[in-house]
Amino acid sequence: MSVVLDNLDVYLRGLLVTVELTLLSYAIAFAIGAVVAAFRVSPVPPLRALGTVYVGLVRNTPLAVLFILFFFGFPKLGLTYSPFLSALVVLSVYTGAFMTETIRAGINTVAGGQADAARAVGLTSVQTMGLVVLPQALRSVVPPLGNLFIALAKNTSIASLISVAELVHRSDQLVTDTAQPLAVLAGVAVAYLILTLPSGLLFGALERRVAVRR
Amino acid sequence: MSPPVLMDALGPRGRRRAAAASVVTVAAVAGLVALALIRFADHGQLDAERWRAVLRWPALRQLLEGLVITLEAAAVSMALATVVGVVMAAGRLAPARPVRWAAGVYVELFRAIPILVLIIAAFLVLPTYGLELSPFWSLVLALTAYNGAVLGEIFRAGVLSLERGQIEAARAVGLTGRQTAVAVVVPQAARRMAPAIVSQLVTLLKDTSLGTAIGMQELLSRGRQLGSGTGSLLQALILVAAMYVVVNLTLSQLARRLEVRQRRRYGAGRIAITGGPEDLVLVDAEAESRLR
Repeated sequence: MSVVLDNLDVYLRGLLVTVELTLLSYAIAFAIGAVVAAFRVSPVPPLRALGTVYVGLVRNTPLAVLFILFFFGFPKLGLTYSPFLSALVVLSVYTGAFMTETIRAGINTVAGGQADAARAVGLTSVQTMGLVVLPQALRSVVPPLGNLFIALAKNTSIASLISVAELVHRSDQLVTDTAQPLAVLAGVAVAYLILTLPSGLLFGALERRVAVRR
Repeated sequence: MSPPVLMDALGPRGRRRAAAASVVTVAAVAGLVALALIRFADHGQLDAERWRAVLRWPALRQLLEGLVITLEAAAVSMALATVVGVVMAAGRLAPARPVRWAAGVYVELFRAIPILVLIIAAFLVLPTYGLELSPFWSLVLALTAYNGAVLGEIFRAGVLSLERGQIEAARAVGLTGRQTAVAVVVPQAARRMAPAIVSQLVTLLKDTSLGTAIGMQELLSRGRQLGSGTGSLLQALILVAAMYVVVNLTLSQLARRLEVRQRRRYGAGRIAITGGPEDLVLVDAEAESRLR
């Protein structure tokens, strides 16, 4: 295990990139998810279709394919971005599709009378969604939103395919240098646990705080 | 694409607004598609020759062989993971505390580690103990370990989703523990779990693409090789993505159909277990409370 302790700085720097990538793409994915979920229940058919196509395409494509396509394929179209920025875009777009489905599931749990009442007091469709339906919808999907955060934290590891210097990519180098794959990778697993276990607890606490008692 | 159930039918002004929004949306999407096509054309990526290079037979065959390997890896992993999952579910439901604890540790541990780390570990660590696995079997081993944990939780949730009265009634009419399991618990639980199991299969199939990290010759690797060999990387990758989408959409549709039938017939909630982001369906509240 001294391999891990001797290279603690390498792990910490990798963990930092992993955390940055996770937090930033979660925020962007959340925004994408809220907007597209609203699209999917809107009274405008083309918006609904757009949402369906986005979710259907992205959810059924492996994340690794999206990474390779964006980072190695898109430069052929003159679109070249740094590994970190590419990873941010791909993870946000990918997670956004799952976020959409989660938030939509939440919208379906909001009692029908809520939207009717909002309309009755004169709110527009957009106001009804933003002020009445979405806030209630989100409260009921805190546990799946937490699962999504943890899944995203684990998915950042796939950014190592496009040489983002996160945990897994740095550990590749360590394995080559030290020839002790077990110790190095056990350290990586522990680093992910350090990230995912507290987030699980945090979302659990959040759930208890905002839970709707009916 | 279901119509909105959120609010009442729109009035005349609402309908006008929706129609206007429709026109704007269609125009915007058409504009974006046109821009994308122009970009493709400007960089010569629409040239027939570039597409023919990947759609020509020997090239296409290379990809289809990759697809077969992908499907094989997914099928073998799913079969093995089902066995592991049954063992883990039985372990977590066992009366003996050490058994429950051991199964619990396995499940929580393997669900917490990124699947890519497990794949790399299977490929790099085992050889240092004299067990040299091919990339294919390294991938299968890692996928089995991870999905065994996830399926174990799905199976456990399926069993717990049954009303207690089912098991009590079976015991009351004199069935033994094994008879209860085979004749009462498994048939009912299996129906409820079917949609969740199929979704997990989609996740597993997508994860096989990570084999490319250890040089396995599956669909994504084949696409990358074909692309760099022919100078049609973009086209090869788009084709690969399309193949994954077709296979997975077929499976997803199957999952949805199973679920709809399930609800209509039994009015039962669906079961969802967290492993990947794919497992984001909501557990019905009652089943969830029993899971805790």
